[in-house]
Amino acid sequence: MNQLKLVCQGVACDRGGRRVLNHVDFEVGSSEALIVQGPNGVGKSSLLRVIAGLVAKAHGSLELEGGMAERSVAEHSHYFGHLDALKPLQTVLENLSFWRNFFEPADFGDGKVRESMSEMEALETLGIEHTASLPAGYLSAGQRRRLSVARLLVVPRPIWLLDEPTSALDKASEEVLLGLIADHINAGGVVIAATHLPLNLPNTKFLNLSPVTTESEHMFAGEDLDDYFDEDEQDEG
Amino acid sequence: MNWMKCLFVREYQLANRVGGGALIGVLFFLAVVTIFPFGVGPDMILLSRIGAAILWIGALLATLLGLDRLFQADREDGSLELLVMSGRSLELVVLIKCAAHWAATGLPLVLATPVLSLFVGLDFQSIVLVTLTLLVGAPALTLVGAVGAGVTVSMRRGGVLLSILVIPLAIPILIFGVSAATAGAIDSNNFLVPFLFLCALTLFGLVVGPLAAAAALRVSGD
Repeated sequence: MNQLKLVCQGVACDRGGRRVLNHVDFEVGSSEALIVQGPNGVGKSSLLRVIAGLVAKAHGSLELEGGMAERSVAEHSHYFGHLDALKPLQTVLENLSFWRNFFEPADFGDGKVRESMSEMEALETLGIEHTASLPAGYLSAGQRRRLSVARLLVVPRPIWLLDEPTSALDKASEEVLLGLIADHINAGGVVIAATHLPLNLPNTKFLNLSPVTTESEHMFAGEDLDDYFDEDEQDEG
Repeated sequence: MNWMKCLFVREYQLANRVGGGALIGVLFFLAVVTIFPFGVGPDMILLSRIGAAILWIGALLATLLGLDRLFQADREDGSLELLVMSGRSLELVVLIKCAAHWAATGLPLVLATPVLSLFVGLDFQSIVLVTLTLLVGAPALTLVGAVGAGVTVSMRRGGVLLSILVIPLAIPILIFGVSAATAGAIDSNNFLVPFLFLCALTLFGLVVGPLAAAAALRVSGD
């Protein structure tokens, strides 16, 4: 069975004309979790958004070994961010069915697409099956969050990008979510999570991000020294 | 193919459920068309001569009214990010969203046109022509508008900027639409030439609109 391996080398990212990530290197493979740590504003979310293809990277390479050749990393991934992507006027079931039918599934590196849960199974797993016919606008913050998690269960994709996955969840749902993430890892998935809280997950690696300083830009600029000076001029302008 | 149907159905339902959907656009169209006779005065001959232009401008403004939410609502709730990551062609996604938006808000404008034509004193022949040109030309307005909606998606009050960006691009559509609508007879060259240009503009918009809007949306995640 082929294994997936996400290799990230020297990734840098600029947002709003300012460098927020510099020289990020990591490797994470099937059945592994990578926990991205660091203080607020250090670029944890930016890193996940770069992997998700939502923000362009300034330098570096990001490659998925063993994945489907014609698909990007983003198309192998689920992104679970701060926004729930729910339409308040549609029912819980309509919201979930849409994503189930719309999203293109991706295989786990073994050439076949896995079975996924049905909408109702996913809602039951997360304990919100009683809300299925309610408009999503009536859900509480925690229930919205759980409905958002359900999206990851109904479409099989190997890489889960989780940005503060436990926010707004109570203790019990947090346990359920951690169980689901652990199941995903054990089933050969890849999990990359940005979090402040210690998550108890199997096969965990850690990536500690530290703030980008001017000094470190000098250190890492290397062959891109010209780019660096260009940016400097822009900043002054 | 199933995902396209799902997207269309969802977008159509949402367009109808949010803020009255079709009715709001038609009421705005009605308001614009109604104020012209008050401004111009009760001169039926003058009104019927500029009637087609009034209807076209009314339809243009009513189309612009709802377009700013085309992608902005999706961006605010995070759906846009998922649409980009979904593995589906973003150009097709844009095209389907435009089609659903047009079916929910543009088509009712076309259907309301024969009734509103009576307000500006058009005869039967002109009513047929103006409705036909709007049926063919209004999709082009939506498609050009989608480009503006894509470019302004990350702006808080993008609606005004959207109109400023889109109105100049809509001028050719307006010119050919109105000249076909005022040609007088459906089998004359005066009608056919601008009408075929109008068809061409819509087809052009079908290709270029989704490409440009998708390109704008791809960089909007930053």
